[in-house]
Amino acid sequence: MTRALRQQRLPILAVVACALMAAAIASIAYVAPVDANQGLSQKIFYFHVPIALTAYAFFAWGAWKALRVLWKRDEAADLESYVAIHQGVIFGVLTLVTGSIWAKISWGVWWAWSSNQLVLFLVLFLFYAAYFMLRYSVDPGPQRANLCAVYALFGVALIPVSFLAIRLANDFIHPTVFTSNGPQMSGRMFFAFCVSWAAMLALAASLYRVELAGKRLDSRLRELREVLAR
Amino acid sequence: MTASEKYVAAAYAFVFVVVLLYVLIIATKLARLEREVAELTELARERRVAEPERKAVAVG
Repeated sequence: MTRALRQQRLPILAVVACALMAAAIASIAYVAPVDANQGLSQKIFYFHVPIALTAYAFFAWGAWKALRVLWKRDEAADLESYVAIHQGVIFGVLTLVTGSIWAKISWGVWWAWSSNQLVLFLVLFLFYAAYFMLRYSVDPGPQRANLCAVYALFGVALIPVSFLAIRLANDFIHPTVFTSNGPQMSGRMFFAFCVSWAAMLALAASLYRVELAGKRLDSRLRELREVLAR
Repeated sequence: MTASEKYVAAAYAFVFVVVLLYVLIIATKLARLEREVAELTELARERRVAEPERKAVAVG
């Protein structure tokens, strides 16, 4: 990849995200049919599930970067892991709120403590929310990077548990769309879902890159200020 | 507008508002970084002016 193209990666990604988001909204509104059982409320699924999967992806990415901190002593990976977890928590909030709105329409309640998947996702979310308390209670340096990396790696074990909870515990409250027999939806619904997921991933990647660039710039400016103050 | 439509609109609006809020926070941060760059540029310029002129010395 040429240097000019590499520098333009973020604007290109942002344009792709905007285009995909427009395509996702159009396909949800016009391509995906209204569900026979749930009615219009099922349309929340096209944003709720991709947002949840993106949150999982961010937590996994954060754990991968944390592993690089411990394994390769990659200092830059600490910041990347932090930004990924920060984004994961934001997407976690979106998952919980959109899921809660859907639950209110379908179940008549905002939250169901009897649903294992909901509770496990909340546990995962709170675990990663506590990551920031740990990070900001330790002075910056290698010790903080190591502690945060170990914490992020512990959290990743909760992802498959949360994802598979519904299948492991025979939870009949939360709907299961993706089974071993494939997606339980029509072709047009699946198309809208795939476009929405691609849009969400592109948006997430753009936000991740923007935040990372901001944090890197912030840290370089701090270094420059220290140099000039001497 | 039915109750179902209101809830769906609320879910989508919430996602939109959060993304918008995030962009707003990033924009505020960018403005702060811009100010800091301007301050540091000014500081570097002042130091350059304050430094005595270096004499040209023949090498070799």
